[in-house]
Amino acid sequence: MSANPLPPKQRTKIPRQEMPEQQAAARRRNFDEVNRGLTVLGASTEAMRCLECAKPACVSGCPVGVKIRDFIALITAGDYLGAAAKIREDNVLPAITGRVCPQETQCEGCCILGKTFEPLGIGHLERFVADYEREHGELGLPEIAPPSGRKVAIIGSGPAGLSAAGDLVRWGHAVTVFEALHEIGGVLVYGIPAFRLPKAIVRHEVEALARMGVDFQANVVVGKTVTIDELMDEEGYDAVLVATGAGLPKFLGIPGEHLPGVSSANEFLTRVNLMHANEFPSYDEPVFDCRGRDVAVIGGGNTAMDAVRTACRLGARRSLLIYRRTEAEMPARVEEIRHAKQEGIELLTLANPVAFLSDDEGFLAGVRCLRMELGQPDASGRRSPVPIPGSEFEVPVAMAVVALGTGANPLVQSSTPDLATDPRGYIAADPETLRTSKRGVFAAGDIVTGAATVILAMAAGRRAAAAIGEFLESGAWIDAEAVG
Amino acid sequence: MFPILEAEFLAPEIKRFVIEAPRVARKRRAGQFVIVRLHERGERIPLTIADGDPERGTITLIVQGVGKTTKLMNLLEAGDAILDLVGPLGSPSDVRRYGTVVVIGGGVGTAIAWPTARAMKQAGNRVVGIVGARSRQLVLLEPEMRAICDELEIVTDDGSSGRQGVVIDPLCERIMRGDRIDLVLAIGPVRMMQAVAEMTRPSGIRTIVSLNSLMVDGTGMCGGCRVSTRDGTRFACVDGPEFDAHAVDFDTLARRNRTYRDSEAAALEAFRADPNSALAQVRHSCRLEPTHPPEEAASR
Repeated sequence: MSANPLPPKQRTKIPRQEMPEQQAAARRRNFDEVNRGLTVLGASTEAMRCLECAKPACVSGCPVGVKIRDFIALITAGDYLGAAAKIREDNVLPAITGRVCPQETQCEGCCILGKTFEPLGIGHLERFVADYEREHGELGLPEIAPPSGRKVAIIGSGPAGLSAAGDLVRWGHAVTVFEALHEIGGVLVYGIPAFRLPKAIVRHEVEALARMGVDFQANVVVGKTVTIDELMDEEGYDAVLVATGAGLPKFLGIPGEHLPGVSSANEFLTRVNLMHANEFPSYDEPVFDCRGRDVAVIGGGNTAMDAVRTACRLGARRSLLIYRRTEAEMPARVEEIRHAKQEGIELLTLANPVAFLSDDEGFLAGVRCLRMELGQPDASGRRSPVPIPGSEFEVPVAMAVVALGTGANPLVQSSTPDLATDPRGYIAADPETLRTSKRGVFAAGDIVTGAATVILAMAAGRRAAAAIGEFLESGAWIDAEAVG
Repeated sequence: MFPILEAEFLAPEIKRFVIEAPRVARKRRAGQFVIVRLHERGERIPLTIADGDPERGTITLIVQGVGKTTKLMNLLEAGDAILDLVGPLGSPSDVRRYGTVVVIGGGVGTAIAWPTARAMKQAGNRVVGIVGARSRQLVLLEPEMRAICDELEIVTDDGSSGRQGVVIDPLCERIMRGDRIDLVLAIGPVRMMQAVAEMTRPSGIRTIVSLNSLMVDGTGMCGGCRVSTRDGTRFACVDGPEFDAHAVDFDTLARRNRTYRDSEAAALEAFRADPNSALAQVRHSCRLEPTHPPEEAASR
């Protein structure tokens, strides 16, 4: 039954409610969140735009299958906590996905309104209900089944691990999540900056999982502190999920990459996001002093965008993004590029670094680049950049951050010889069941697929949870030959 | 939280800690390290595991106070605790029967070299120890080294203990004399390790060094500790910390280690002016409530 009093024609006449934003001039020097969130009025107005399709395409566009039409209807009815609980049936991190999902290519990209009008602001509404329950100190938690007597170990507390933990604990299994760092959340705490995802929000979502019964153990490096075999043989875990992500930074392999002043995006962002280096000396971890200096970030994805906007906030005089294709090919979200430009980030496109240059003291002084032009489309369908001979030029910078993507960290695999990997070092897992070559061990998220998005990792975590649940019920481990 | 069970100064600014960390104690092997964070606002720093007792569930760390975090750690006593401790990290030393192994420890490097020297002795090697320090009172672990070394030479800058000079002097003599040396393990300041590498290079004596690059996570996810070697870029936290000395680019390492020199100096100055407020941070973290009270976790 619909609580929406408007006939469909009138719903389409309501304009999409805009997300209030912090002014660019102020936010470019602080780490407060850029998007301020919809008001109650804004959210209920936006919710009224939903056409309540009989077969909602938005749901099929959501990697974890959130019951979008149903939670929107609960917003229209004014039941915000009910809406949050409805989302949590499928998505344990709504305040996070509402902020960082690329909705334009997922749920909102499938919204029927988008064919003629602006699509429904599904991400903004998801974020609204999650924020509402947090701000009101109440939590819409789903029901927990009675204890099953089964123990599951999850390695890695990023989006895939957390999402799997949410499902498994709901079904009554005892779940322990092991994390190598001192804080829970993986890329949510060390990678995504506070101006996109405040850390208190991650802590709140983790707290919700703890309240559901998930046991979190930080400072445990599986492969070093304890091995998978020890977890299964000595500590009595019935199943293990490897969700360690793709955290191994890639470098360019060009001269000068070892100069002080050159770092990976992982290092730069970890210092600021996890270690609060932007608050040095109130926090002890230092970060390169960007104040009044020129900084270049190399890459065109969301991580590059996060790094260059972070450098700007650390006081850089010039914050420059160097990308070898054009803006149209950038993998970063359109919203992030727009925000970055408003903040004064400069884009230097069709340029490819070939060397880092040193000053007399051996510190970074600049980047030498080659101009590029676009050639034929490559395997990914994007036009390949081709260097223009003799087009070398130099950009003076005091710091450079390399954000070219990440690969598979080998710690778990190298300590588990019977765990099959692919040639690039990712764990081989059946795409359907996420079973690995080792009985009782599953793998999900970036450690299987390579670096992807938060929500795709969460979807993989859910699939793994379902497969683990089935394995714990039946005890059957079949079609191992299909793996690896 | 990781409780400190014992804490005692071995020398000025050098303190030995016995810390409860059962999982690390069970797994650790010679050459590995841990990363610690003292309190909520603390940085993560790497410290080599000097010793361990799996039965008691403890590890031993030997810490030289050189910057804010190590000086703060050296104010801690038995009964205090460390907020975060993770490990064992890095690859263990490659302990085999080589024949004669010369173990060179410079300053606090002796404490890092000692567990590997002991493992080398247990593996059936003849171990020659060369321990260097600025002066007598800074000579570390002399009885411990004497107990495992077939020969031990002490060298001090000022001649207040053993012979006067630097650690490469006795090494040079042995090489010139044509003494049999199958492996050299050198641990200490970058320039000392570099000097040892240059000393052994002409005669092709296999030489291993333990590198002290800057680290953040210690698990291979950031590359902050990257080292330039003849074989390409390596991460000290996972591929090391021990490397073939003849393959390492020490000048690059020394430069990279100076990346944060200004921030480090500023942090140390502020700490010196008011060590008590930093100490209060640790003691505050010590008393923190667990994030998820046990009764809540049990009600699932």
